[in-house]
Amino acid sequence: MIPEIGHYALVLALLLATVQATLPMIGAYRRDAAWMNVAEPAAHGQLLMILLAFAALMHAYVVSDFSVLNVVQNSHTDKPLLYKISGVWGNHEGSLLLWVLMLAVFGSGVAALGTNLPATLKARVLAVQGLIGVGFLAFMVATSNPFVRVSPAPLNGQDLNPLLQDPGLAFHPPFLYLGYVGFSMAFSFAAAALIEGRVDPAWARWVRPWTLIAWASLTLGIAMGSWWAYYELGWGGWWFWDPVENASFMPWLAGTALLHSAIVVEKRDALKTWTILLAVVTFALSLMGTFLVRSGILTSVHAFAVDPERGVFILALLVLAIGGGLTLYAVRAPSLKSGGLFAPVSREGALVFNNLLLSTACATVFLGTLYPLFLDAVDGGKVSVGPPFYNSTFVPLMVPLVAAMAVGPMLAWKRTDLAGALGRLWLAAALTLVAVLWSLWAHGFRPVMALVGIAMAAWAFFGALIELAERVRLFRIPLGDSLSRLAGLPRSAWGTALSHAGLGIAIAGMVGTSAWKEEKIQVMTIGTAVEMAGYTFRLDQVEERRIENYVSQFATMTVLQDGEVVATLNPEQRFYPVARQGTTEAAIHTTFVSDLYAVVAEPAPDGSGWTTRLYYHPLVPWIWFGSIVMVVGGLTSLSDRRFRIGVPERRRGAAAAPQPAE
Amino acid sequence: MTRKKRRMYVLGLALLGLGTATALTMAAFEDNIVFFYSPSDLAAKPPGDRSVRIGGLVEEGSVEKAAEGLTVRFRVTDLAQSVPVTYTGIVPDLFREGQGVVAEGKLGPDGVFVARELLARHDENYMPPEVADALKRSGEFRPEPPGRSVYETPQPKS
Repeated sequence: MIPEIGHYALVLALLLATVQATLPMIGAYRRDAAWMNVAEPAAHGQLLMILLAFAALMHAYVVSDFSVLNVVQNSHTDKPLLYKISGVWGNHEGSLLLWVLMLAVFGSGVAALGTNLPATLKARVLAVQGLIGVGFLAFMVATSNPFVRVSPAPLNGQDLNPLLQDPGLAFHPPFLYLGYVGFSMAFSFAAAALIEGRVDPAWARWVRPWTLIAWASLTLGIAMGSWWAYYELGWGGWWFWDPVENASFMPWLAGTALLHSAIVVEKRDALKTWTILLAVVTFALSLMGTFLVRSGILTSVHAFAVDPERGVFILALLVLAIGGGLTLYAVRAPSLKSGGLFAPVSREGALVFNNLLLSTACATVFLGTLYPLFLDAVDGGKVSVGPPFYNSTFVPLMVPLVAAMAVGPMLAWKRTDLAGALGRLWLAAALTLVAVLWSLWAHGFRPVMALVGIAMAAWAFFGALIELAERVRLFRIPLGDSLSRLAGLPRSAWGTALSHAGLGIAIAGMVGTSAWKEEKIQVMTIGTAVEMAGYTFRLDQVEERRIENYVSQFATMTVLQDGEVVATLNPEQRFYPVARQGTTEAAIHTTFVSDLYAVVAEPAPDGSGWTTRLYYHPLVPWIWFGSIVMVVGGLTSLSDRRFRIGVPERRRGAAAAPQPAE
Repeated sequence: MTRKKRRMYVLGLALLGLGTATALTMAAFEDNIVFFYSPSDLAAKPPGDRSVRIGGLVEEGSVEKAAEGLTVRFRVTDLAQSVPVTYTGIVPDLFREGQGVVAEGKLGPDGVFVARELLARHDENYMPPEVADALKRSGEFRPEPPGRSVYETPQPKS
């Protein structure tokens, strides 16, 4: 009965979304308040219905209701509760349900919190949001119903792909989706503004918190995915330039550009049409990410659906959303009046530079990801584009971006003196030099790119700190005054500094592990030891253990440094009998400045020992630590009182007046 | 600065950026694209010293491990042709005989493909599209066997 209620709720949500997409839009056109007011209850109702459907599916998973096909295919009674729950979205149908749930959460959020939005803008935003909901709910109801029954019900299920049974991965999709779907809000605001024919600083303030939420979630989601790859795939790689990773990385790049260009709209009333275009493109890339991952046209662990009907449906949705958005843009964008002027060397100029580089970088990733698909479609043969391509396109574009990142926040709006800004960064330059000299001393001259990378990391990190210090005039006025200024800084200034510093930390981690990692593969017999990077790894024993839904070859390895025990590592080989699949569980000991990483593979053919793989990954934890600092930066910025949803008021008749510079 | 001048400036910068990106991309494509070969392709037109990807099924009964335990030799087949492959390192969890595999590396002068990387990280009912395609082209593609029964008793790895 409960699955039927879920299915019914899903259909009701589709109907409510249809109402939400049509009536308020007509109401806004006719200035009819009653029609426009339909948007709010419809948005809340849609959320309620989808929550009901989601709860129904989760109930089916938690109680292992094997009369539901989706549960049969992805769950098992022996599975731990956490993975029964994460199994809800670990498959095609369930992940779509999560997608529309997030969409409804955002729609309902605007309906509830956007109390001071102009009535027509709010109605139109919610209508566009409803329209996206119609597309995806129709897709679910028509081709991907998660509540399909199976009769007779089997006694047990087929289990979730063991690679996905992992705490890191359990919460990777929700955050990724929160990011993808969050950009739908920017899209809805952009489409509504185009229909209204009006973009002003207030609009930018309304759209910014939603973009920030989306950006922070996407950052976290990508970081979690990369962390999972690092420890689960068994060799410590954290980024593969795999098409599926790129699919989530492209909206991140475009969304980062959008965050920055929206600042210019807000502060200076310039770059309006560009910002609108970015909002459309960012969501288009999010949709494309969903399409690429879910249509099964990519070779990947993420490809669940290989059903051509579904692929065609998503493709049609994609064409409608992107085509519709871009057509609206082409028709309406020329009517937007552009605002404030600025000199090339200015804060605006730096943000334009940021946008150019980010969108170019996004374009190279786009080409690298889609070129193989394109070539295959025109029968030009099968090719793959791997890391070397991105190393020679994407990485060179990041160098000027990071170089400008420390300088940009130092510049004044409108026009400024570059020499002065650079002069204030002398300390950052000196500290960067120290970092480069340190890496020369510790690791030598090669690879040269590692030195460039460390310089970038240090420059971004120290530049962000210096920027804060400059703002509070540290050491130029009494320390107490500086501290009270620091407490009084706008949260958005903190957000900028934290995010920029976080990126610096993450870059250092990426460079450290890419350039200086050490690796040893060998057969070890019980009791023998291997030396690497100043550590001694000793294999003590390997025993078989039976745990919940798998059997484990459980190894114990002791790591010593100068005769002292540093850590005990327990790498495992797991075998999941129900899914008939094995996984390799690496054991990692982190010292914060490096990771010791051990994998036990299989017994040697003559039975004398075990094949083991040992790694020393310098600086690698910083990748995720830096990412978390970036997320904290985004959230700090979100808490700025200017963006508190409800605070910004549109200034009637004074929209183009210059905003006070900070 | 007038609006027109600013627009020209921004446009100029944008073109410069796009130009750089195009140049970088083209140069990178030239060197870094990895072509996909089926074992039949490999026999018909050897790729020379280029790094390529090959894909097919791991031939039944062909996997042998060197005594030191790290080097594995096997044959990749599209059921029309097959090619010997060596790989040093730990094979992926899902590497086994009769299953699809994609290997990246170079074909040596002795006709043995030296793999630098093995990809087989798909669940066991899933075949990489490249492999399915290679099998289709050799005319040996059979649709995947229907999924195993869910009533089956679990068999732990011996």
